[in-house]
Formats: sequence, structure tokens, C-alpha cells
Amino acid sequence: MTNEPMNASRDKILAAITQNQPASVPVPDISFLKGGPEDPEEKFTTVLTTIGGKVLKVKGFDEIKKLLPEHFDTGKRVVTTLAELSDAGQLYAGEPIDPHTMEDIELTITSAHFAVAENGAVWVTEELIKQRVLPFICQHLAVVVNAGSIVPTMHEAYQKIGNTTYGFGTFIAGPSKTADIEQSLVLGAHGPRSMTVFILG
Amino acid sequence: MTNETKDHSALADIFNKDEARVNWHDETLWWIRAKRDKAVHQLPEWEDLRETASRIKHNVLSNMSSYLQQFEANAIANGITVHWAADAKEHNQIVLSLLQKHSVTRMVKSKSMLTEECHLNEYLGENGVDVIDSDLGERIVQLAHEPPSHIVLPCIHKKKEEIGELFHQYLGTPAGNADPQFLTETARHHLRETFLTRRAALTGVNFAIAETGEFVVCTNEGNADMGAHLADVHIASMGFEKIIPERKHLSVFLRLLTRSATGQPITTYSSHFGKPRPGQEMHIVIVDNGRSVQLGREEFRNSLKCIRCGACMNTCPVYRRSGGHSYHNAISGPIGAILAPNLDMEKYADLPFASTLCGSCSNVCPVKIDIHDQLYKWRQVIVKNGYATKTKKAGMQVMTLTLSSPTIYHVGGKAGRWFMKHVPFAVNNKLNPWYKQRDMPEPPKESFGEWYSKNRKKS
Repeated sequence: MTNEPMNASRDKILAAITQNQPASVPVPDISFLKGGPEDPEEKFTTVLTTIGGKVLKVKGFDEIKKLLPEHFDTGKRVVTTLAELSDAGQLYAGEPIDPHTMEDIELTITSAHFAVAENGAVWVTEELIKQRVLPFICQHLAVVVNAGSIVPTMHEAYQKIGNTTYGFGTFIAGPSKTADIEQSLVLGAHGPRSMTVFILG
Repeated sequence: MTNETKDHSALADIFNKDEARVNWHDETLWWIRAKRDKAVHQLPEWEDLRETASRIKHNVLSNMSSYLQQFEANAIANGITVHWAADAKEHNQIVLSLLQKHSVTRMVKSKSMLTEECHLNEYLGENGVDVIDSDLGERIVQLAHEPPSHIVLPCIHKKKEEIGELFHQYLGTPAGNADPQFLTETARHHLRETFLTRRAALTGVNFAIAETGEFVVCTNEGNADMGAHLADVHIASMGFEKIIPERKHLSVFLRLLTRSATGQPITTYSSHFGKPRPGQEMHIVIVDNGRSVQLGREEFRNSLKCIRCGACMNTCPVYRRSGGHSYHNAISGPIGAILAPNLDMEKYADLPFASTLCGSCSNVCPVKIDIHDQLYKWRQVIVKNGYATKTKKAGMQVMTLTLSSPTIYHVGGKAGRWFMKHVPFAVNNKLNPWYKQRDMPEPPKESFGEWYSKNRKKS
């Protein structure tokens, strides 16, 4: 499909940029940037708690199942992407659905590839969450992450991500929040009102 | 907007009428600056990060053309449609045509300062498309028919009581309720309905990765994700300077961005959009709108390194006491003052003068833009091009005359001291712009010249 004016602008913009950009300078090496000696799990727990999240250390999925009713309203709609928790809620394995039908989810339980100690974030991709809106549209979010997979900083995080391909991936650090009204922090802006991370191990 | 005809100092005057509010505004922003410091001081490698980010951005500026083409090719391979817009008008036309193609008359939008720069909302409104801004702060200023006053904190100038009144008027909350928790909950319900019913969503772009063709959008509220993941059509608008070379470079920028902005270690959501969702259309509009010209201005091109954290605004003594609207430009504060004259030197001739040149902006900038140097350089360019204000020109001419003639200099100095001592009201009045918000100093009894000639004879 050709669209003359669009291509004309493209060529015009690129020509102007080529003419005006300065002489090439090299891209710096960033491999020297890395985390310190702090214990990643301890740091992750402190940071996520500080930014409004909750951390629960568990031995296995049975323990998670036991904890769920204590922490969430499991009488409402619970959706999980984890086969291990299929008796704790509806298992969503990625079958094609209209994402709008997820609007009434009280609790989403999913897993993360890894977590980041310095900022309390977990890294999830479409492969794990199955439907992009799933960790955003629920009232509460719980994420299971292996204790051994917590990296110190974002540098190690992107080393782990490497050149994997994904349609969508996101770092999630705590509950959705805003401080737009007079800098008063309010948890639960548009996404989950709470975020709980189960550290497995 | 009435702001169009007034300059920064006239608009700052309006803001300064309410002294208590100015103090509150000043203290709020300084508190955010202090939070930034606290976060920064926890990272011993902070200066290494800034230097690295700065150097990555220099590499980007110097290879912009090839990175953009690499990004385009990868994005297209990922199934994203890429558009190019030479200016604001073309950007707006592209967005409208995409919406019209899908018969969309209502769109949800997350934060994008570029669309403010392009005045997209007004344009779409004139063409029958209703836009709802979904960032809470942006929604608030939208209800108030105002532009954002800060790039990260759009309604930082508003008191909660004023927001309560807006919500009462437009969203039906009880009169007099100004509780942030309650108002946010109201907005959550109002905007959730919006997210669920809009077939098109527009987001900004924080970073676009040449290596992979993906783009990253950062929010705390989750509004960009709620909009994009529920919509059939996702349009992402980006200024071309948002490009970075490789995915791994995100580690440097994501560590710097929110620590600089609000003192948070990272935004709640840092979403990487690689491909459209099955059945979804994803579009990227790459916008120039003067950026290629700025890239050619050797002294000012570094302004294109900006990652829009707002740290320079929070720290600026002039911004804190004059408010974002006094800059009459989509991007306010020190960074806005070096970006705006590139777009229209005459219209924004006042902005580089809205600074004390204290250098605090350059000190906090996470990508090491020499902001205060550029402010100083813009002043010279503006005066050379004949865009200085009349009073400034007249003042400069008097100074030129005075400094070039020893006689006038000595007589002038003497006269000045005599006036300040005997008829202080001759200078302490409204006609003297320097006297505004300042007291005139005690005049010295004699000039240094007089003192020197007297004391030299003694020895």
C-alpha cells in the first residue's frame, strides 16, 4: 500500500536528520554497570513493601492455596494462569476471548519470569499472562516468583531478557497508584488496588 | 487561550497574586526534588548512570537517521504500521484518518506531551472525535479546560478543593468533598467505563528501541495499559528523539527516569509493546515538528536528549514560583524554555529569560543536558535576531551607552546613588521591573572609583 504524502514526509524527515545530525560518536559500553552485594530477596522484599506491595514467602503452591482466602475475597471471581492453582480459581490458558469479559475479576494469580531487587518489579510477558489486560484489569494482583530468580538491578534484568521475543512484556512494581491530587498517594488508580508477590522457595 | 498574548513575567505576575498558593506550589515541588535526592543518594553509581545515559543519547543524536530506519524496519516486521509526520498538523491528520477509517468517534488517551504540543485534542474535537485523557492529573486539567502545568504532574498547580469542585460539577460527587482517596476512587469508576467502551486508544512513547522495533510506555496508574489492551486500535505517538539503540540500554534509562522524576525506584508499569495483540491494529506515528531543525543547531541539539522526567522543573526556583502555565508552552520549565524557541523564536522569546541561570536544572538532569548554558545561549540568539522585548532592548541600549562612555558611567553612578538615598520612590515604584518582589539595596556612600582615588592619594 503506497501513500504518497506519508512517504514524502518520511523521506523529507530522514533527509533533514541525515543532513543535521552531528558526526557519529560510539555507543558506550554498559557492561560495567551491575548490582552490589546486597541480598536480592531481602532487598526486593523491603523495596516492594515500601512502594505499597506485599511479599509472602511460601514453600509451595499448597501454602499459597491456604493463604489465598486469608488475603483475598475468594468468593468473587478468581482467575489464574497457573495449572498448579487451578482448584483455587478459573484456569485461563490463553484461549481467545474478548478481554472486556475480564472486567469483573477480583483476583488474578499469575507468575513472573523473575523479579528485580532494586525496584520491587517483576517481569511478565504475554507468554505467562496469556491476555495482556489480565494483570491490569483485576482488582487485586498476585504474582508467583521463584526465590532464586531475583536479580539485583535492571542491568541483570535485561541480561536475563536478552534477545527473547515477546508481543508484550512489562515490569510491574506494586499496585496501580497516583499522587495527582495534592501529592497524596492513593493506591488503586486504574489497575489493581494491591499487589502481592509470593516468593517460592 | 488568553495566555498566548502575555509573556512569562506577565503570567507569573498573575500566579504571584496569591502568595500563599505560590509558597505552597514552591514547597510541594521542592519536596519532590528532595525525594529525588533521597532516591539518588542510595545509588553510588548514580553519576556513572548519568554519564552513560548522556553518552548513549549522544550516540543516538549522531546516528538518528539509521536508528530510525532500523526501528521502522523492525516495527513493520513485528506487524506495526509506521507513519511519519513532518509537523503537528500532519500528526493530527494521521491520527484522525486512522480513527475515521475505523469509524471511531470516541478515543481514550494516556499521557503524551507530544499530543499537547500538537494540540491534538482540539483538532480531534473540531473534527467530531471526543477525547478523554485517562491520566488522573490530565483528566483533571481537561475538565478544567486547562493545559497541564507540568509534564509529569499535570495538575500540580491545583488545590484539592478545586479538584473536588470540578468533580462535583462534572462527575456528580457531593459538593465540598475534597478527599483525594474519594476523588481518585470516583475517577477510577468514571475512567473504567471509558476504558471498557473505547475502541481506540492513543498512548505516548517513553522509549523506542531500534534493535527490536518495540516501544516502552511508563505509567504509575496503569492507564496506558488499560486503554491499549482493551482497544481494537492502538496508536502510539512519538517524537523521533525517543529512539534508543538497544533493549539493554533501557536498564540505564529506566533506572534514571523515575528516580529523577519523583524519587520512585521505577514506575509501577514499564510496558514493552512489541507486536499488536491478535486482532488488534497497532500504529506508531513518528513526529518531527521542528526536531530535525533543532538537531542542526549545534548549541541546542542536546535538548533532544531529554527523557521528560521533569526534574529540572521541580528544582527550578523560577518554575516553582511562577507555575507551569506562565511558560505558555506545552513543555514548561527550563527544558521547555530551551525547546520552545526552536519552534517559534518570536512567540517564545521571553522563555530563556525566565531563569536565574543558577544551574540547578543542569545538575539534576539525568542525561546531562547543559540546560542553563543553553538558556544563556538562546538569549544571545534571540537578541541578535531582534526578538528581545522593547524594555529589554531599551535597557540594553542604555547600558551600552553607559558602559562605553566613562563620563556617562561616572555621572550615572553618582545620580543613581543620589536618587536611591534622597528620593527612593523614584526607583522603588512599579515602573521599575527590578523592584517587583524585591527591595532596592541600601545605596553605597561612594563608588569604588571615588573610594580608590581618595585612598590612593593618602598612601
